[in-house]
Amino acid sequence: MGEFAIGQPVTRFEDPRLLRGGGRYVDDLAIPGMLFGQVLRSPHAHAKIKSIDISRAKAAPGVAAVLVNEDWATSGFGDLPRAEGKKKRDGSPMYRPHFPALAKDKVRYVGDPVAFVVAETVEQAQDAAELIDVDYEILPCVTSVALGSEPGAPLVWDDCENNICFVHLEGNKEKTEEAFAKADHIIKKRFVITRVTAATMETRGSIGHYDKAADRYTIYTTLQRALNFREELAETLNIPESRLRVVAGDIGGSFGMKSGVFNEVGLVLLGSKVTGRPVKWVCTRSESFIADAHGRDNVSDAEMALDKNGMFMGLRVRNLVNMGAYTQPGTDAGAFSNLGTLAGVYLTPAIHVDVTAVYTNTNIMRPFRGNGRPEAAFVIERLVDLAADELGIDPAEIRRRNMIPPEKMPFQTGLSFNLDCGEFEQVLDQSLEMVDYKGFEARRAEARKRGKLRGIGMSYTIEKAAAPGYEGAEVRFDRTGSVTVLTGAVTQGQGHETVFKQIVSDTLGIHPDEIHYLQGDTDQVFFGEGTGGSRTAALGGSAVTVATGKVVDKAKKIAAHMMGVDEVDFAEGVFTARETNRTLSMKEVARAAMSPKNIPQGMELGLNATAAYHTTKQNYPNGCHIVELEIDEDTGQVEMDRYVVVDDVGTVLNPLLLKGQIIGGISQGVGQMLMEHIRFDPQDGQNLTGSFMDYAMPHAEIFPHIDIKSHSVPTKTNILGVKGAGEAGCVGALPAVANALVDALSHLGVKHVEMPATPERVWRIMQEAKAGRA
Amino acid sequence: MDIEVKMTVNGKAVSGKVEARTLLVQFIREHLRMTGTHVGCDTTQCGCCVVHVDGVAMKSCTMLAVQAEGKAITTIEGLAGPDGELHPMQQAFRDHHGLQCGFCTPGMVMMGVDIANRLPGADEKTVRHQLEGNICRCTGYQGIVEAIMDASAVMNAARS
Repeated sequence: MGEFAIGQPVTRFEDPRLLRGGGRYVDDLAIPGMLFGQVLRSPHAHAKIKSIDISRAKAAPGVAAVLVNEDWATSGFGDLPRAEGKKKRDGSPMYRPHFPALAKDKVRYVGDPVAFVVAETVEQAQDAAELIDVDYEILPCVTSVALGSEPGAPLVWDDCENNICFVHLEGNKEKTEEAFAKADHIIKKRFVITRVTAATMETRGSIGHYDKAADRYTIYTTLQRALNFREELAETLNIPESRLRVVAGDIGGSFGMKSGVFNEVGLVLLGSKVTGRPVKWVCTRSESFIADAHGRDNVSDAEMALDKNGMFMGLRVRNLVNMGAYTQPGTDAGAFSNLGTLAGVYLTPAIHVDVTAVYTNTNIMRPFRGNGRPEAAFVIERLVDLAADELGIDPAEIRRRNMIPPEKMPFQTGLSFNLDCGEFEQVLDQSLEMVDYKGFEARRAEARKRGKLRGIGMSYTIEKAAAPGYEGAEVRFDRTGSVTVLTGAVTQGQGHETVFKQIVSDTLGIHPDEIHYLQGDTDQVFFGEGTGGSRTAALGGSAVTVATGKVVDKAKKIAAHMMGVDEVDFAEGVFTARETNRTLSMKEVARAAMSPKNIPQGMELGLNATAAYHTTKQNYPNGCHIVELEIDEDTGQVEMDRYVVVDDVGTVLNPLLLKGQIIGGISQGVGQMLMEHIRFDPQDGQNLTGSFMDYAMPHAEIFPHIDIKSHSVPTKTNILGVKGAGEAGCVGALPAVANALVDALSHLGVKHVEMPATPERVWRIMQEAKAGRA
Repeated sequence: MDIEVKMTVNGKAVSGKVEARTLLVQFIREHLRMTGTHVGCDTTQCGCCVVHVDGVAMKSCTMLAVQAEGKAITTIEGLAGPDGELHPMQQAFRDHHGLQCGFCTPGMVMMGVDIANRLPGADEKTVRHQLEGNICRCTGYQGIVEAIMDASAVMNAARS
């Protein structure tokens, strides 16, 4: 519908509310009689709990309850959700530890919840938590994934040999070994993908409310997939899902992190059950660093085999992936579900990947924007640049030579990705033109005169989006003919409301002002999964399209019946009788559909429709990032000067929002490459980056203006032709920035720069390189 | 223990009894139940809590409620016109997609107004530098910076 149609840069419908301070984040919600919870967390990375004395805390002012593991164990609640399904190298099942909401006998990371205090005020709960006496016997710990599976490493779980959680193999080992045996060149490199944290601006929080009279639980919380969340939490509570309501308000960012059923979700519900009152817990920022799930943290030993012409013959990768101390459904997925990105956009015929997932004395892990994709993209795109350097081929040229041409689509890569479409070379060419690739050497020379080392780096990455799954949508008409749209998706800032209203407006011809969007309440949404893995435009968008299609089909029959004709046409919200000039609007038909006299005999009243859309095929967004940056030779300070992206995310639903997703993703990838890093003390396992004073967040100042262009190649894997856009920016940014850094320092003989490339690290690399040359 | 505080918030006289340790942001959020002002950290880094105190941007998490005695506070709820029309800064944030999850947004908008007031016509580099006390995790800042520059021009034109 005109300015709101699919493809238009529609400004967001959620914005006026959020801009007026009208958001409803979990901490904004107050329920009468509400109490406040405080978690007492382990100060040790690994320790035996010899005793806990809660007597002083219980007697403190305002305290309503003090809960420890025994209270959880006797409550009737079971383990928090646990990962399952993977296997160890010998074929035996993965190691799945029990996961109570409060630690039993031992603590396994700094931040592991030990007790939960419930009091009248937050301050009283905090004060009382300090009065709990825990006697710990400190044990040796391991936080590094590289050391975790070494023989003799401290065991996180006594009966989990070498801390190995599971292994995962993918690709063709024999074929890969043959390729390496025949290779003219082999490029080998160990890549360390650091641990980072989502640092959502809204921290996690929950309010648990047990209604004793109704014997029903309600949780108001921060999440991504309300219906999946209800399924997992109901299992923990040992109740049918019908006795649990999950409500998400506005979510202040998640990026994967908030997707789990965390300990505190169980604790506020148990606190409410014990006290008979609602209990709220909201994480403080500093607490979040030891309480949130972290992302990435793996080590890749990667090798690429090439022939003498620079054609990729094979790829062999061994990954060690940090699992933290506990696993949940989804916390392990980053280790295996997106390895396909390693194959890149290249013809490489033989690939094999061997992944070992390792427990350590660290926070649990969760997907963080990309969830294995940026890690894999970093490995392949760094290897390609190393190969280009070794063989003396231009980085753009070596990529071009190896790219899968459109005429080979569909193309089964050497890993799981079976690509349906893509025009990689065209995207590459457009990017090179945007950045003025040919003019780079002149810019490098000019920068050199200013004491700056200028480098250029590119990445061409591909990922999967909208993995096979389903989503629900419902269109409800009220008696005035206005509409409420519901889906299972839950926005955390992506702008679902805007895109869904565009689709409804476009397909039904109803003005967005008369459409209300509702999400995140399991008592309202009938079916679906939720948001994650860049799935919502493809799955949620298609579900809404199917639902509105059903509305139109039925409305056409009613309109024809009302106008006494056999058939009507429908366009822009108006039904037109073919034989006469009579018309009816969608609103008129919707209102009329409420009365039996207006509808054909045997038809159900109303125009409401639901859709349960599913897909068995994922889509493959891809794109090229090119970065130009300058390094200050005296200080090691990095300044990005140009950043261009050409992205293929299929059909573009809203270019304004797409740009926001890509740039936002880039900022997180750049953050990891240049500054962010969760660091643990290797001896005692303390998190050394436990606040915004220690953990470097990217600020406005570090970014140049980012130029983005879309090259749309619609996919046939969903109705709308869209490919996911949520993670693409982050995926491409890590390797592009890394390649630019190396290029800037290449004249010194530098072949690699570890992340994060802080000024100190870059300065040291320059000094060492110069010393080595002298 | 409780101390009586009085101040003006968005043009309305308000008062309340607070503890000495009560932060201005707690007074606004918990006593007045105006939840548009957010708390995103505990070390004065993120700027989600920025309000105006006597017309100047301040982090309300780093000021005690008692320090605001007698002052005029403006929060995000008080920025729109009396008829509900969005302030030019709010409108520009919408036009330039300067917000996603919306959590840092109230602080960003209040800071943006402050930048526009202090440095009319500031260039992109200056605006980016002026945002060093505000963190956004979603947008990559580009839409925010464009919004502040755009609104600054509109506000400037309205002044002259």
